[in-house]
Amino acid sequence: MATLRGDVGGLELENPVMLAAGILGTTGASLRRAALAGAGAVVTKSIGVDPRDGHPGPGIVRLDVGLLNAMGLPNPSYREFQEEIDIARTGGSPVVASIFGSSPEEFVEVAEGLDADAFELNLSCPHAKGYGAEIGCHPGDVEEITRAVVRGNSVPVWVKLTPNVADIVALGLSAERGGASAVVAINTIKAMAIDVESGYPILGNRIGGLSGPAIKPVAVRCVYDLHSALAIPVIGVGGISCWQDAVEMIMAGASGVQVGTALSGGLDILKAISTGISRYLDRKGMALSDICGLAGRRR
Amino acid sequence: MRPSPATILEVTEETSTVRTIRFDSVRLDPLPGQYMMVWIRGVDEIPMSFSGPSEMTVAAVGEATRALSRLRPGDGLGLRGPLGNGFSIEGERILLVGGGLGAAPLAFLGEAARQKGVEVTSLMGFRCREDIIFQGRFERLGELILTTDDGSCGIPGRASLGLERLDPKRFSQIYICGPELMMWDVIQSWKNHAEKMQASVNRYLKCGIGICGSCCMDPTGIRVCQEGPVIPAVQLLDGEFGRYRRGPSGSRGPPRG
Repeated sequence: MATLRGDVGGLELENPVMLAAGILGTTGASLRRAALAGAGAVVTKSIGVDPRDGHPGPGIVRLDVGLLNAMGLPNPSYREFQEEIDIARTGGSPVVASIFGSSPEEFVEVAEGLDADAFELNLSCPHAKGYGAEIGCHPGDVEEITRAVVRGNSVPVWVKLTPNVADIVALGLSAERGGASAVVAINTIKAMAIDVESGYPILGNRIGGLSGPAIKPVAVRCVYDLHSALAIPVIGVGGISCWQDAVEMIMAGASGVQVGTALSGGLDILKAISTGISRYLDRKGMALSDICGLAGRRR
Repeated sequence: MRPSPATILEVTEETSTVRTIRFDSVRLDPLPGQYMMVWIRGVDEIPMSFSGPSEMTVAAVGEATRALSRLRPGDGLGLRGPLGNGFSIEGERILLVGGGLGAAPLAFLGEAARQKGVEVTSLMGFRCREDIIFQGRFERLGELILTTDDGSCGIPGRASLGLERLDPKRFSQIYICGPELMMWDVIQSWKNHAEKMQASVNRYLKCGIGICGSCCMDPTGIRVCQEGPVIPAVQLLDGEFGRYRRGPSGSRGPPRG
Protein backbone atom coordinates (compact mmCIF):
# COMPACT_ATOMS: atom_id res chain seq x y z
CA MET A 1 0.00 0.00 0.00
CA ALA A 2 1.09 3.56 -0.67
CA THR A 3 3.02 5.09 2.19
CA LEU A 4 1.36 7.94 3.99
CA ARG A 5 4.45 8.76 5.98
CA GLY A 6 5.62 12.31 5.71
CA ASP A 7 6.11 15.72 7.21
CA VAL A 8 3.03 17.58 8.36
CA GLY A 9 3.66 21.03 9.77
CA GLY A 10 7.13 20.12 11.03
CA LEU A 11 6.20 16.73 12.49
CA GLU A 12 7.12 13.44 10.87
CA LEU A 13 3.87 11.45 10.89
CA GLU A 14 3.18 7.80 10.09
CA ASN A 15 -0.02 8.98 8.43
CA PRO A 16 -1.66 12.40 8.08
CA VAL A 17 -4.94 11.52 9.85
CA MET A 18 -4.94 13.09 13.31
CA LEU A 19 -7.25 13.24 16.29
CA ALA A 20 -8.70 16.77 16.47
CA ALA A 21 -8.53 18.96 19.57
CA GLY A 22 -11.34 18.63 22.08
CA ILE A 23 -12.13 15.02 21.20
CA LEU A 24 -11.17 12.31 23.71
CA GLY A 25 -8.32 14.58 24.72
CA THR A 26 -8.78 15.03 28.47
CA THR A 27 -6.78 12.02 29.58
CA GLY A 28 -3.49 10.53 28.48
CA ALA A 29 -5.10 7.10 28.29
CA SER A 30 -7.77 8.16 25.81
CA LEU A 31 -5.20 10.00 23.68
CA ARG A 32 -3.02 6.90 23.69
CA ARG A 33 -6.05 4.86 22.70
CA ALA A 34 -6.60 7.16 19.69
CA ALA A 35 -2.94 6.81 18.74
CA LEU A 36 -3.15 3.01 18.99
CA ALA A 37 -6.35 3.14 16.91
CA GLY A 38 -4.33 4.66 14.09
CA ALA A 39 -4.10 8.44 14.59
CA GLY A 40 -0.94 9.81 12.98
CA ALA A 41 -0.85 12.41 15.73
CA VAL A 42 -3.16 13.29 18.60
CA VAL A 43 -4.15 16.78 19.70
CA THR A 44 -5.03 17.31 23.35
CA LYS A 45 -7.99 19.12 24.78
CA SER A 46 -7.16 22.83 25.00
CA ILE A 47 -5.12 23.59 28.09
CA GLY A 48 -4.90 26.97 29.81
CA VAL A 49 -3.32 28.71 32.77
CA ASP A 50 -6.00 27.93 35.37
CA PRO A 51 -8.37 24.99 35.91
CA ARG A 52 -11.82 25.52 34.39
CA ASP A 53 -14.93 23.40 34.85
CA GLY A 54 -16.53 24.58 31.60
CA HIS A 55 -20.04 25.82 30.89
CA PRO A 56 -23.19 24.37 32.48
CA GLY A 57 -24.90 21.68 30.39
CA PRO A 58 -26.12 20.81 27.90
CA GLY A 59 -22.64 21.11 26.43
CA ILE A 60 -23.38 19.09 23.31
CA VAL A 61 -26.48 18.70 21.14
CA ARG A 62 -26.62 16.32 18.23
CA LEU A 63 -28.46 17.90 15.31
CA ASP A 64 -29.43 16.28 12.02
CA VAL A 65 -26.52 18.01 10.29
CA GLY A 66 -23.78 17.72 12.91
CA LEU A 67 -22.89 18.45 16.49
CA LEU A 68 -23.35 21.71 18.30
CA ASN A 69 -21.15 22.19 21.35
CA ALA A 70 -20.17 24.71 23.97
CA MET A 71 -18.01 22.86 26.48
CA GLY A 72 -16.36 26.05 27.70
CA LEU A 73 -12.68 25.04 27.62
CA PRO A 74 -12.77 22.73 30.67
CA ASN A 75 -9.20 21.77 31.58
CA PRO A 76 -7.13 21.05 34.67
CA SER A 77 -4.49 23.74 33.82
CA TYR A 78 -1.05 23.01 32.40
CA ARG A 79 0.25 22.35 35.91
CA GLU A 80 -1.73 19.11 36.04
CA PHE A 81 -1.47 18.08 32.41
CA GLN A 82 2.11 17.00 31.72
CA GLU A 83 1.44 13.56 33.17
CA GLU A 84 -1.39 13.05 30.66
CA ILE A 85 0.88 14.06 27.76
CA ASP A 86 3.52 11.62 28.95
CA ILE A 87 0.97 8.80 29.03
CA ALA A 88 -0.37 9.85 25.61
CA ARG A 89 3.12 9.59 24.12
CA THR A 90 3.28 5.89 24.97
CA GLY A 91 0.80 5.43 22.11
CA GLY A 92 3.67 6.03 19.72
CA SER A 93 2.28 9.03 17.81
CA PRO A 94 3.35 12.64 18.29
CA VAL A 95 1.29 14.52 20.86
CA VAL A 96 0.24 18.06 19.98
CA ALA A 97 -0.78 20.21 22.93
CA SER A 98 -3.67 22.51 22.15
CA ILE A 99 -3.28 25.59 24.31
CA PHE A 100 -5.29 28.73 24.96
CA GLY A 101 -4.91 31.98 26.83
CA SER A 102 -6.25 35.50 26.99
CA SER A 103 -2.95 37.22 26.14
CA PRO A 104 0.45 36.48 24.61
CA GLU A 105 1.82 36.15 28.15
CA GLU A 106 -0.73 33.46 29.07
CA PHE A 107 -0.04 31.49 25.90
CA VAL A 108 3.68 31.64 26.62
CA GLU A 109 3.17 30.55 30.23
CA VAL A 110 1.22 27.45 29.15
CA ALA A 111 3.65 26.60 26.35
CA GLU A 112 6.63 26.93 28.68
CA GLY A 113 4.90 24.74 31.22
CA LEU A 114 4.32 21.82 28.85
CA ASP A 115 6.62 19.43 27.06
CA ALA A 116 4.84 18.35 23.86
CA ASP A 117 5.83 17.45 20.29
CA ALA A 118 4.09 20.54 18.91
CA PHE A 119 1.67 23.23 20.03
CA GLU A 120 -1.65 24.11 18.44
CA LEU A 121 -2.75 27.60 19.46
CA ASN A 122 -6.49 27.71 20.02
CA LEU A 123 -7.28 31.12 18.58
CA SER A 124 -10.66 29.96 17.43
CA CYS A 125 -12.93 28.53 20.13
CA PRO A 126 -16.22 30.34 19.41
CA HIS A 127 -17.86 30.17 22.83
CA ALA A 128 -15.50 31.19 25.66
CA LYS A 129 -15.46 34.79 26.72
CA GLY A 130 -12.05 36.44 26.45
CA TYR A 131 -10.45 33.44 24.74
CA GLY A 132 -10.23 31.67 21.41
CA ALA A 133 -11.97 33.43 18.56
CA GLU A 134 -12.46 36.60 20.59
CA ILE A 135 -8.73 37.13 20.21
CA GLY A 136 -8.25 35.01 17.14
CA CYS A 137 -10.42 37.14 14.88
CA HIS A 138 -7.92 40.02 15.08
CA PRO A 139 -5.01 39.47 12.67
CA GLY A 140 -2.69 41.63 14.80
CA ASP A 141 -3.32 39.54 17.92
CA VAL A 142 -2.86 36.30 16.00
CA GLU A 143 0.54 37.45 14.78
CA GLU A 144 1.68 38.70 18.17
CA ILE A 145 0.62 35.57 20.05
CA THR A 146 2.11 33.27 17.43
CA ARG A 147 5.40 35.15 17.51
CA ALA A 148 5.52 35.08 21.30
CA VAL A 149 5.02 31.30 21.47
CA VAL A 150 7.37 30.57 18.57
CA ARG A 151 10.12 32.68 20.13
CA GLY A 152 10.34 30.57 23.26
CA ASN A 153 9.96 27.17 21.60
CA SER A 154 11.91 24.68 19.57
CA VAL A 155 8.87 22.57 18.58
CA PRO A 156 6.48 23.37 15.72
CA VAL A 157 3.70 25.84 16.48
CA TRP A 158 0.41 25.46 14.64
CA VAL A 159 -2.35 28.04 14.72
CA LYS A 160 -5.96 26.91 14.61
CA LEU A 161 -8.10 29.48 12.86
CA THR A 162 -11.69 30.53 13.23
CA PRO A 163 -13.97 30.54 10.19
CA ASN A 164 -16.22 33.10 11.88
CA VAL A 165 -14.60 36.02 10.08
CA ALA A 166 -14.95 37.69 6.69
CA ASP A 167 -11.41 36.83 5.66
CA ILE A 168 -9.76 33.75 7.11
CA VAL A 169 -6.77 34.21 4.79
CA ALA A 170 -5.83 37.42 6.60
CA LEU A 171 -5.63 35.37 9.83
CA GLY A 172 -3.54 32.71 8.10
CA LEU A 173 -1.11 35.28 6.78
CA SER A 174 -0.80 36.73 10.29
CA ALA A 175 0.04 33.31 11.69
CA GLU A 176 2.59 32.83 8.94
CA ARG A 177 4.23 36.19 9.66
CA GLY A 178 4.31 35.26 13.33
CA GLY A 179 6.39 32.21 12.49
CA ALA A 180 3.81 29.40 12.62
CA SER A 181 4.83 26.03 11.15
CA ALA A 182 1.26 25.41 9.94
CA VAL A 183 -2.28 26.67 10.21
CA VAL A 184 -5.17 24.41 11.14
CA ALA A 185 -8.56 25.20 9.60
CA ILE A 186 -11.27 25.28 10.70
CA ASN A 187 -12.63 25.45 14.21
CA THR A 188 -16.40 25.18 14.63
CA ILE A 189 -18.87 27.63 13.12
CA LYS A 190 -20.81 29.77 15.56
CA ALA A 191 -24.31 28.36 15.82
CA MET A 192 -27.37 27.93 18.02
CA ALA A 193 -30.28 25.58 18.59
CA ILE A 194 -33.52 26.33 20.42
CA ASP A 195 -35.85 23.89 22.14
CA VAL A 196 -39.22 24.54 20.48
CA GLU A 197 -41.13 23.03 23.41
CA SER A 198 -39.90 25.70 25.82
CA GLY A 199 -38.10 28.40 23.83
CA TYR A 200 -34.88 27.85 25.79
CA PRO A 201 -31.61 27.84 23.86
CA ILE A 202 -30.49 24.22 24.29
CA LEU A 203 -26.82 24.82 25.10
CA GLY A 204 -26.07 25.94 28.62
CA ASN A 205 -23.95 28.66 27.05
CA ARG A 206 -26.82 29.49 24.63
CA ILE A 207 -24.35 29.88 21.71
CA GLY A 208 -21.91 27.23 20.56
CA GLY A 209 -19.94 25.87 17.65
CA LEU A 210 -21.19 23.59 14.88
CA SER A 211 -19.05 20.67 13.69
CA GLY A 212 -19.65 17.64 11.51
CA PRO A 213 -20.82 17.09 7.93
CA ALA A 214 -22.61 20.45 7.69
CA ILE A 215 -19.37 22.41 7.92
CA LYS A 216 -17.21 20.33 5.59
CA PRO A 217 -17.84 22.42 2.44
CA VAL A 218 -16.96 25.55 4.43
CA ALA A 219 -13.76 23.92 5.69
CA VAL A 220 -12.82 22.77 2.19
CA ARG A 221 -13.21 26.33 0.91
CA CYS A 222 -11.17 27.78 3.78
CA VAL A 223 -8.37 25.24 3.26
CA TYR A 224 -8.41 25.94 -0.48
CA ASP A 225 -8.10 29.71 0.03
CA LEU A 226 -5.43 29.34 2.73
CA HIS A 227 -3.38 26.91 0.65
CA SER A 228 -3.55 29.31 -2.31
CA ALA A 229 -2.26 32.25 -0.29
CA LEU A 230 0.13 30.78 2.30
CA ALA A 231 3.60 29.31 2.02
CA ILE A 232 3.23 27.26 5.22
CA PRO A 233 1.23 24.00 5.28
CA VAL A 234 -2.48 23.90 6.00
CA ILE A 235 -4.03 21.17 8.15
CA GLY A 236 -7.67 20.55 7.26
CA VAL A 237 -10.37 19.87 9.81
CA GLY A 238 -14.13 20.13 9.73
CA GLY A 239 -16.66 17.41 9.01
CA ILE A 240 -14.29 14.71 7.78
CA SER A 241 -16.10 11.41 8.29
CA CYS A 242 -14.69 9.08 5.60
CA TRP A 243 -11.62 8.71 3.40
CA GLN A 244 -13.29 10.52 0.52
CA ASP A 245 -13.76 13.58 2.77
CA ALA A 246 -10.07 13.41 3.71
CA VAL A 247 -8.97 13.14 0.07
CA GLU A 248 -11.20 16.09 -0.79
CA MET A 249 -9.60 18.14 1.99
CA ILE A 250 -6.12 17.16 0.81
CA MET A 251 -7.01 18.10 -2.76
CA ALA A 252 -8.13 21.47 -1.43
CA GLY A 253 -4.60 21.89 -0.12
CA ALA A 254 -4.36 20.17 3.25
CA SER A 255 -1.07 18.48 4.16
CA GLY A 256 -2.81 16.63 6.95
CA VAL A 257 -6.32 16.26 8.30
CA GLN A 258 -7.91 16.08 11.72
CA VAL A 259 -10.99 14.08 12.64
CA GLY A 260 -13.29 14.95 15.50
CA THR A 261 -17.06 14.63 15.33
CA ALA A 262 -16.86 11.41 13.29
CA LEU A 263 -15.34 9.67 16.32
CA SER A 264 -18.79 9.54 17.88
CA GLY A 265 -19.17 6.47 15.67
CA GLY A 266 -16.10 4.88 17.27
CA LEU A 267 -12.33 5.10 17.09
CA ASP A 268 -12.10 2.72 14.13
CA ILE A 269 -12.82 5.65 11.82
CA LEU A 270 -9.20 6.82 12.16
CA LYS A 271 -7.73 3.69 10.63
CA ALA A 272 -10.57 3.42 8.12
CA ILE A 273 -9.73 6.87 6.78
CA SER A 274 -5.98 6.34 6.48
CA THR A 275 -6.44 2.90 4.90
CA GLY A 276 -8.94 4.41 2.48
CA ILE A 277 -6.49 7.13 1.45
CA SER A 278 -3.77 4.52 0.89
CA ARG A 279 -5.98 2.34 -1.28
CA TYR A 280 -7.10 5.37 -3.26
CA LEU A 281 -3.50 6.37 -3.95
CA ASP A 282 -2.70 2.79 -5.02
CA ARG A 283 -5.63 2.76 -7.40
CA LYS A 284 -4.58 6.08 -8.90
CA GLY A 285 -0.87 5.29 -8.88
CA MET A 286 -0.22 8.53 -7.07
CA ALA A 287 1.54 9.72 -3.93
CA LEU A 288 0.09 11.92 -1.22
CA SER A 289 2.11 14.88 -2.53
CA ASP A 290 0.49 14.45 -5.96
CA ILE A 291 -3.00 15.09 -4.64
CA CYS A 292 -2.17 17.81 -2.11
CA GLY A 293 -3.64 20.99 -3.56
CA LEU A 294 -4.65 19.22 -6.79
CA ALA A 295 -7.88 21.23 -7.03
CA GLY A 296 -5.91 24.45 -7.34
CA ARG A 297 -3.90 23.06 -10.24
CA ARG A 298 -6.96 21.90 -12.18
CA ARG A 299 -7.96 24.59 -14.66
CA MET B 1 -30.30 13.87 19.31
CA ARG B 2 -31.93 17.00 20.65
CA PRO B 3 -33.34 16.62 24.15
CA SER B 4 -36.88 15.28 23.74
CA PRO B 5 -39.53 16.97 25.83
CA ALA B 6 -41.02 15.05 28.74
CA THR B 7 -43.63 16.02 31.29
CA ILE B 8 -43.49 14.96 34.92
CA LEU B 9 -46.49 12.85 35.92
CA GLU B 10 -45.73 12.04 39.54
CA VAL B 11 -43.16 12.81 42.23
CA THR B 12 -42.74 10.36 45.11
CA GLU B 13 -40.93 11.32 48.30
CA GLU B 14 -38.64 8.37 49.12
CA THR B 15 -36.72 10.07 51.96
CA SER B 16 -36.32 13.68 53.09
CA THR B 17 -33.88 14.33 50.23
CA VAL B 18 -34.66 11.63 47.66
CA ARG B 19 -37.46 11.85 45.10
CA THR B 20 -38.61 9.46 42.40
CA ILE B 21 -39.81 11.32 39.34
CA ARG B 22 -42.08 9.54 36.90
CA PHE B 23 -42.40 11.12 33.47
CA ASP B 24 -44.45 10.51 30.33
CA SER B 25 -41.72 9.51 27.86
CA VAL B 26 -42.48 5.81 27.92
CA ARG B 27 -41.05 5.29 24.43
CA LEU B 28 -37.49 5.54 25.78
CA ASP B 29 -37.64 1.82 26.58
CA PRO B 30 -34.36 1.70 28.56
CA LEU B 31 -32.46 -1.37 29.68
CA PRO B 32 -31.75 -1.45 33.42
CA GLY B 33 -28.37 0.20 33.98
CA GLN B 34 -28.72 2.61 31.08
CA TYR B 35 -28.99 6.31 31.82
CA MET B 36 -30.28 9.50 30.28
CA MET B 37 -29.04 13.07 30.17
CA VAL B 38 -31.66 15.13 31.97
CA TRP B 39 -31.92 18.77 31.00
CA ILE B 40 -33.40 20.97 33.68
CA ARG B 41 -34.07 23.92 31.41
CA GLY B 42 -32.16 27.05 32.33
CA VAL B 43 -30.07 25.18 34.93
CA ASP B 44 -27.91 22.30 33.69
CA GLU B 45 -27.94 18.87 32.11
CA ILE B 46 -26.99 15.88 34.28
CA PRO B 47 -26.81 12.11 33.85
CA MET B 48 -29.45 10.10 35.71
CA SER B 49 -30.00 6.35 35.91
CA PHE B 50 -33.42 4.91 35.28
CA SER B 51 -35.04 3.54 38.41
CA GLY B 52 -37.83 2.17 36.23
CA PRO B 53 -38.84 2.27 32.56
CA SER B 54 -39.98 5.89 32.79
CA GLU B 55 -38.69 7.14 36.10
CA MET B 56 -35.56 8.35 37.82
CA THR B 57 -34.63 8.69 41.47
CA VAL B 58 -32.74 11.79 42.49
CA ALA B 59 -31.04 12.93 45.70
CA ALA B 60 -30.84 16.69 46.13
CA VAL B 61 -27.12 17.24 46.59
CA GLY B 62 -26.05 19.93 44.09
CA GLU B 63 -27.57 22.83 42.19
CA ALA B 64 -28.93 20.71 39.34
CA THR B 65 -30.25 17.87 41.50
CA ARG B 66 -31.90 20.38 43.85
CA ALA B 67 -33.57 22.07 40.88
CA LEU B 68 -34.68 18.66 39.59
CA SER B 69 -36.04 17.71 43.02
CA ARG B 70 -38.13 20.88 43.15
CA LEU B 71 -40.02 20.04 39.94
CA ARG B 72 -43.69 19.07 40.26
CA PRO B 73 -46.20 17.11 38.15
CA GLY B 74 -46.87 19.05 34.96
CA ASP B 75 -43.36 20.55 34.83
CA GLY B 76 -41.22 19.84 31.78
CA LEU B 77 -37.79 18.35 31.20
CA GLY B 78 -35.60 17.57 28.22
CA LEU B 79 -34.30 14.00 28.00
CA ARG B 80 -31.53 12.47 25.88
CA GLY B 81 -31.40 8.73 26.04
CA PRO B 82 -31.40 5.95 26.83
CA LEU B 83 -27.60 6.07 26.75
CA GLY B 84 -24.84 3.64 27.67
CA ASN B 85 -24.80 -0.13 27.69
CA GLY B 86 -26.94 -1.28 30.63
CA PHE B 87 -26.66 -4.44 32.73
CA SER B 88 -26.67 -7.80 31.02
CA ILE B 89 -28.81 -10.38 32.84
CA GLU B 90 -26.79 -13.60 33.06
CA GLY B 91 -27.88 -16.93 34.49
CA GLU B 92 -30.68 -18.02 36.80
CA ARG B 93 -29.64 -16.70 40.23
CA ILE B 94 -28.37 -13.18 40.65
CA LEU B 95 -27.23 -10.98 43.52
CA LEU B 96 -27.76 -7.23 43.63
CA VAL B 97 -25.37 -5.27 45.84
CA GLY B 98 -26.28 -1.61 46.27
CA GLY B 99 -25.35 1.36 48.35
CA GLY B 100 -27.49 4.45 48.85
CA LEU B 101 -28.94 5.79 45.63
CA GLY B 102 -27.22 2.93 43.79
CA ALA B 103 -30.28 0.92 44.82
CA ALA B 104 -32.27 2.73 42.13
CA PRO B 105 -30.99 1.09 38.92
CA LEU B 106 -30.67 -2.23 40.78
CA ALA B 107 -34.37 -2.24 41.72
CA PHE B 108 -35.19 -1.74 38.04
CA LEU B 109 -32.73 -4.52 37.10
CA GLY B 110 -34.13 -6.89 39.74
CA GLU B 111 -37.67 -6.40 38.47
CA ALA B 112 -36.62 -7.05 34.87
CA ALA B 113 -34.72 -10.18 35.96
CA ARG B 114 -37.64 -11.45 38.07
CA GLN B 115 -39.94 -11.09 35.07
CA LYS B 116 -37.62 -13.43 33.19
CA GLY B 117 -37.90 -15.95 36.03
CA VAL B 118 -34.46 -15.22 37.46
CA GLU B 119 -34.03 -15.69 41.23
CA VAL B 120 -32.99 -12.39 42.85
CA THR B 121 -31.18 -11.81 46.16
CA SER B 122 -30.42 -8.26 47.31
CA LEU B 123 -27.89 -6.78 49.69
CA MET B 124 -28.46 -3.06 50.20
CA GLY B 125 -26.48 -0.69 52.36
CA PHE B 126 -27.56 2.74 53.59
CA ARG B 127 -26.22 5.31 56.01
CA CYS B 128 -29.17 5.02 58.39
CA ARG B 129 -32.74 3.78 58.65
CA GLU B 130 -34.12 7.10 57.33
CA ASP B 131 -32.08 6.78 54.11
CA ILE B 132 -33.45 3.38 53.10
CA ILE B 133 -35.18 3.41 49.72
CA PHE B 134 -37.10 0.74 47.81
CA GLN B 135 -37.18 -1.75 50.71
CA GLY B 136 -40.58 -2.97 49.49
CA ARG B 137 -39.40 -3.32 45.89
CA PHE B 138 -36.43 -5.48 46.93
CA GLU B 139 -38.47 -7.57 49.38
CA ARG B 140 -40.93 -8.39 46.62
CA LEU B 141 -38.04 -9.69 44.49
CA GLY B 142 -36.72 -12.19 47.05
CA GLU B 143 -34.35 -12.27 49.98
CA LEU B 144 -33.18 -8.81 51.13
CA ILE B 145 -30.23 -8.19 53.47
CA LEU B 146 -29.97 -4.62 54.78
CA THR B 147 -26.96 -2.90 56.30
CA THR B 148 -26.71 0.58 57.80
CA ASP B 149 -23.55 2.50 58.64
CA ASP B 150 -24.99 3.63 61.99
CA GLY B 151 -26.56 0.28 62.82
CA SER B 152 -30.08 1.67 62.99
CA CYS B 153 -31.41 -1.12 60.77
CA GLY B 154 -30.09 -4.50 59.66
CA ILE B 155 -26.41 -5.39 59.88
CA PRO B 156 -24.33 -2.51 61.31
CA GLY B 157 -21.60 -1.34 58.93
CA ARG B 158 -20.94 -1.12 55.23
CA ALA B 159 -22.68 -3.21 52.61
CA SER B 160 -19.60 -5.39 52.14
CA LEU B 161 -20.10 -6.75 55.68
CA GLY B 162 -23.34 -8.30 54.46
CA LEU B 163 -21.36 -10.41 52.00
CA GLU B 164 -20.35 -12.65 54.91
CA ARG B 165 -23.93 -13.92 55.04
CA LEU B 166 -23.78 -15.00 51.40
CA ASP B 167 -21.96 -17.63 49.38
CA PRO B 168 -20.69 -16.14 46.10
CA LYS B 169 -20.79 -19.56 44.45
CA ARG B 170 -24.60 -19.46 44.72
CA PHE B 171 -24.88 -16.68 42.15
CA SER B 172 -24.56 -16.74 38.40
CA GLN B 173 -23.95 -13.00 38.27
CA ILE B 174 -23.43 -10.18 40.77
CA TYR B 175 -24.45 -6.57 40.08
CA ILE B 176 -22.98 -3.64 42.01
CA CYS B 177 -24.01 -0.01 42.15
CA GLY B 178 -23.24 2.56 44.82
CA PRO B 179 -20.53 4.83 46.14
CA GLU B 180 -17.21 3.91 44.55
CA LEU B 181 -15.39 2.89 47.72
CA MET B 182 -18.31 0.66 48.68
CA MET B 183 -18.17 -0.98 45.24
CA TRP B 184 -14.38 -1.29 45.57
CA ASP B 185 -14.85 -3.04 48.95
CA VAL B 186 -17.31 -5.50 47.44
CA ILE B 187 -15.11 -6.30 44.45
CA GLN B 188 -12.04 -6.72 46.66
CA SER B 189 -13.92 -8.91 49.18
CA TRP B 190 -15.02 -11.28 46.43
CA LYS B 191 -12.09 -10.72 44.08
CA ASN B 192 -11.98 -14.40 43.10
CA HIS B 193 -15.45 -13.97 41.64
CA ALA B 194 -14.77 -10.71 39.82
CA GLU B 195 -15.33 -12.38 36.47
CA LYS B 196 -19.05 -12.60 37.22
CA MET B 197 -19.48 -9.07 38.60
CA GLN B 198 -20.87 -6.08 36.71
CA ALA B 199 -20.40 -2.65 38.27
CA SER B 200 -22.20 0.54 37.34
CA VAL B 201 -19.51 3.22 37.37
CA ASN B 202 -20.02 6.91 38.01
CA ARG B 203 -17.73 9.36 36.23
CA TYR B 204 -18.06 12.98 35.16
CA LEU B 205 -20.27 12.62 32.08
CA LYS B 206 -20.74 15.60 29.80
CA CYS B 207 -21.53 14.62 26.22
CA GLY B 208 -23.07 11.17 26.69
CA ILE B 209 -22.01 10.14 23.19
CA GLY B 210 -18.40 9.04 23.70
CA ILE B 211 -16.71 12.02 22.18
CA CYS B 212 -15.68 14.69 24.69
CA GLY B 213 -13.44 12.43 26.75
CA SER B 214 -14.31 13.77 30.20
CA CYS B 215 -15.40 10.35 31.49
CA CYS B 216 -12.48 8.29 30.17
CA MET B 217 -10.92 6.00 32.78
CA ASP B 218 -7.32 4.91 33.21
CA PRO B 219 -5.52 2.83 32.18
CA THR B 220 -7.40 1.93 28.98
CA GLY B 221 -9.24 5.16 28.23
CA ILE B 222 -12.62 3.38 28.28
CA ARG B 223 -15.44 5.88 27.69
CA VAL B 224 -17.81 5.35 30.62
CA CYS B 225 -20.63 7.29 28.95
CA GLN B 226 -20.79 4.98 25.96
CA GLU B 227 -18.87 1.76 26.71
CA GLY B 228 -20.22 1.89 30.28
CA PRO B 229 -21.60 2.83 32.66
CA VAL B 230 -21.77 -0.91 33.39
CA ILE B 231 -18.24 -2.30 33.35
CA PRO B 232 -17.10 -5.86 34.14
CA ALA B 233 -15.34 -5.81 37.52
CA VAL B 234 -12.27 -7.54 36.08
CA GLN B 235 -11.62 -4.37 34.08
CA LEU B 236 -11.72 -2.26 37.24
CA LEU B 237 -9.10 -4.03 39.29
CA ASP B 238 -5.93 -2.32 38.07
CA GLY B 239 -6.74 1.26 37.19
CA GLU B 240 -8.16 4.43 38.60
CA PHE B 241 -11.32 2.78 39.97
CA GLY B 242 -11.30 2.94 43.77
CA ARG B 243 -8.23 5.21 43.70
CA TYR B 244 -9.14 8.50 42.00
CA ARG B 245 -11.60 10.13 39.65
CA ARG B 246 -11.48 13.19 37.44
CA GLY B 247 -13.74 16.14 38.07
CA PRO B 248 -15.34 18.60 35.63
CA SER B 249 -12.00 20.23 34.75
CA GLY B 250 -10.24 16.90 34.28
CA SER B 251 -8.33 17.30 37.57
CA ARG B 252 -7.85 14.15 39.58
CA GLY B 253 -9.50 13.89 42.96
CA PRO B 254 -10.44 11.19 45.47
CA PRO B 255 -13.17 8.66 44.59
CA ARG B 256 -16.58 9.17 46.14
CA GLY B 257 -17.88 7.57 49.27
